[in-house]
Amino acid sequence: MEIFELILLGFIIVCALAVSFSKNLLNSILVYMSYSLVMAIIWIFLESPDLAITEAAVGAGVTSLLFFVTLKKIHAMREEDKEDEQTNSEERVK
Amino acid sequence: MSRQIPKNELNKKLSYRLKQWFLGESDTYVGILESQPQEERVPDQKMIKSHQQDQQALLEQVHDTQHNKVYKNFFRFYRITAVVCCVALVSILLIAVSYLPPVGNPDNPAHNEVVDKYIEDGLQDTGAVNVVTGMILDYRAFDTFGESNVLFIATCTVLILMRNDKKKPADHDHSDRHWEPKSDAILQKVTFVLFPIIAIYGIYVVLNGHLSPGGGFSGGAIIGAGLILYLNAYGTEKTRRFFTEKTYKYISFAALLFYCLAKSYSFYTGAHHLESGIPLGTPGAIISSGLILPLNICVGMVVACTMYAFYTLFRKEGF
Repeated sequence: MEIFELILLGFIIVCALAVSFSKNLLNSILVYMSYSLVMAIIWIFLESPDLAITEAAVGAGVTSLLFFVTLKKIHAMREEDKEDEQTNSEERVK
Repeated sequence: MSRQIPKNELNKKLSYRLKQWFLGESDTYVGILESQPQEERVPDQKMIKSHQQDQQALLEQVHDTQHNKVYKNFFRFYRITAVVCCVALVSILLIAVSYLPPVGNPDNPAHNEVVDKYIEDGLQDTGAVNVVTGMILDYRAFDTFGESNVLFIATCTVLILMRNDKKKPADHDHSDRHWEPKSDAILQKVTFVLFPIIAIYGIYVVLNGHLSPGGGFSGGAIIGAGLILYLNAYGTEKTRRFFTEKTYKYISFAALLFYCLAKSYSFYTGAHHLESGIPLGTPGAIISSGLILPLNICVGMVVACTMYAFYTLFRKEGF
């Protein structure tokens, strides 16, 4: 079990570095999400399942969702917006 | 009773004149200032040209990284300082960590009589099998109340900042829903299967807070995340049927008020060594441990509504 824990800890460190070094904001949010998920597993190993549930729900779920919406609000995901626009207009034509 | 002073008398009063002068409505020497229509500003071609030239020069000379020495030196200095600061901070933190006592050592300062009291008498005092919930919602219930209030205040702040003005007609181009894929079949089917499971799991976590890991906050977050999924799949028209701004206000207010009153009562009786009259029940049963179960439900409702409200407010639509 110790090796598994070490792997998870290493993954967390890699994730934390990747969040700060990635240039794409969307990518960093996704990496952050996986960071929270692995953190939840580590909380279980540290024998605090209460924190694990909260971390999985808040850290990996709601926080990332709010980040996504914020990105959309500040138009940081513009390329996808354009694609949506095209599909929407196509739908309307139909 | 205050009576209204006539205008002539008022004008003679020093305080009124001072106030007028402070507000910029009148000048002490000139009299009442009236704003006069300004002349239309004619852009001076010469000025514009010189401005443009200045800007060009600025761009060429100052931001010319290859030849400008000051700029180059500054950037070098900036980078070196950043690295030095980072290394210093990291080393300070690592040194601090190296001085921390080892984990699990019985002589650690964290292991004092408070921990012993909580772990040994927790079940007897609170009736909760899960010691953590017993701590959060009984011994430290006041902290949890503050946390719930923080959530409520945060939502209020977001509401003030991001609410759509009701007088304006709904701006369809700026609503997020307009650009999102409508009635996505995969998302709707997945939500159709998943949402009930998520909701039931969240309710389970809330109701079993005093028996198993979890509690109001985690269960509320799970339900809130499920609601967000539902909203994304089916759109606001469907969620508006059961959740509007008014629902949020009523639920949060009622839950926080109940929490406040129930815990005030229990603190009051506890501080005066009175019988609170709240039965603790048998440990392990679902209806046991006195106030913890209703308080868990309250916290869960507040958290679930707050999560959902945050999401809806951050979208451009509002509730």
